[in-house]
Amino acid sequence: MIAQTTAATTEPTDIAPVAEDAAGLPILTAHGLGKDYGGRIGCRDVSFELWPGEVMAVVGESGSGKSTLLGCLSGTLPPSAGAVRYRMRDGAVRDVFALSEAERRHLKRTDWGFVHQDARDGLRMAVSAGANVGERLMAVGARHYGAIRGEAAAWLDRVEIDPARIDDRPTVFSGGMRQRLQIARNLVTRPRLVFMDEPTSGLDVSVQARLLDLLRGLVADLGLAAIVVTHDLAVARLISDRILVMREGRVIEAGLTDQVLDDPAAPYTQLLVASVLQP
Amino acid sequence: MSEAARDTAAPPRLVIEGLAKSFTLHLRGGLRLPVVDGVDLALMAGECVALAGPSGAGKSTILRMVYGNYRADAGRILVDDGVRRTDVATAAPREILALRRTTIGYVSQFLRAVPRVPALGVVAEPLRRRGVPEAAAHAAAAAMLERLAVPRRLWDVPPATFSGGEQQRVNIARGFVAPFPILLLDEPTASLDAENRELVAALVEERRAAGTAMLGIFHDTDVRARLATRAVDVSGFAAAA
Repeated sequence: MIAQTTAATTEPTDIAPVAEDAAGLPILTAHGLGKDYGGRIGCRDVSFELWPGEVMAVVGESGSGKSTLLGCLSGTLPPSAGAVRYRMRDGAVRDVFALSEAERRHLKRTDWGFVHQDARDGLRMAVSAGANVGERLMAVGARHYGAIRGEAAAWLDRVEIDPARIDDRPTVFSGGMRQRLQIARNLVTRPRLVFMDEPTSGLDVSVQARLLDLLRGLVADLGLAAIVVTHDLAVARLISDRILVMREGRVIEAGLTDQVLDDPAAPYTQLLVASVLQP
Repeated sequence: MSEAARDTAAPPRLVIEGLAKSFTLHLRGGLRLPVVDGVDLALMAGECVALAGPSGAGKSTILRMVYGNYRADAGRILVDDGVRRTDVATAAPREILALRRTTIGYVSQFLRAVPRVPALGVVAEPLRRRGVPEAAAHAAAAAMLERLAVPRRLWDVPPATFSGGEQQRVNIARGFVAPFPILLLDEPTASLDAENRELVAALVEERRAAGTAMLGIFHDTDVRARLATRAVDVSGFAAAA
């Protein structure tokens, strides 16, 4: 599947080659990260290292600070304390909030992806599915119409959308299709790190299973690092290697996903795990 | 140096020292359930050590700690991957994930089915994680399913609807499809009939002869007598309540 989409890109883009993922260094580091909203705690004292190819879930109930954390990590919400450091394609480690606005925008269009809970926040609803995918390619310098369209069609196929729908607008797509289109739009530039905010929570259960299976496959095939915010422990188990459990803005437990879910140590994690309904 | 002498000189694949585990149930007022304490064990290549002892003695808990699925309260779990020794009890998540990719296989009693993934994909996954191309991984998975007599018509079906015995054989196929130097076996033959038990026993014997180090739980005394090179009674590691 990779060969197929690679073949569709025939023109060079301005995405730099990755210098040293082989060096085995973290791709993203959070250090003492905190965010206050006028005295109210959004998140506090969050530290971790994310390595290339790792998928980390952030779980907790609403108000636990997981979306605030995602905002800080993805360069959207300036933190009140601490730092987020990202290892660029050339190997240089940069403080995400010390980058210029233009540099940060370039990062978000190339190296990073962001999958929103509501696909309408991540897509342009007034343009076609093909344009939604092609736009990200053009942002990194692709200009040849045929190549862009070919790549867009290949990506629609890869996320299980009939390429014949390439000229349809996402307004006529179902919720599951929109979410898959959003994923295609994000992955077309071969990002190294993808942020996902409750990617499956607005979907019917059967649609959710299909999307999760698709995401699992793509993340593994592309060797992506990803941070997935979810309130659903089953989603976390299915998709992530590691997990952070958040409560009242703090990380109260962290570790291997199956270890934290099968042998939870913190009282709150035990409560969360015990509260999951079994079908 | 003779073959036997070299084997004796080789370091153990797995060394467990002073391992302890208890569970604290915060939803039950902090009730503490001690399981094991002071577990010591060394596992050599080509050995199949059976963990013995009554139900509740902590046999599965020990296996899960070795796999990194349960945390250890104290002690060390040293796994030799041929290059370095890693202490699973203190290793970072990515180190444990790397060991699970290359070194430690685990056949649990129950298959945790993933929606939409067919049996062939479930079995091929350990190879795919090692970077084996899809076609080769699927061919190896098919050969393993064939060997364990899982009917061909089931290969493209997600195993959620399979019978207990079929699920268990899919699970075993998944555990044995990649050449893990260490295998953890939690009741690999529990839900199998005599014929299928024989298929699994032959597979275990073959791997043991090839040098795989195995730590297992076998309730069936005939199976245990046939497969285990020695037994360790876990009740000797009982934790004081």
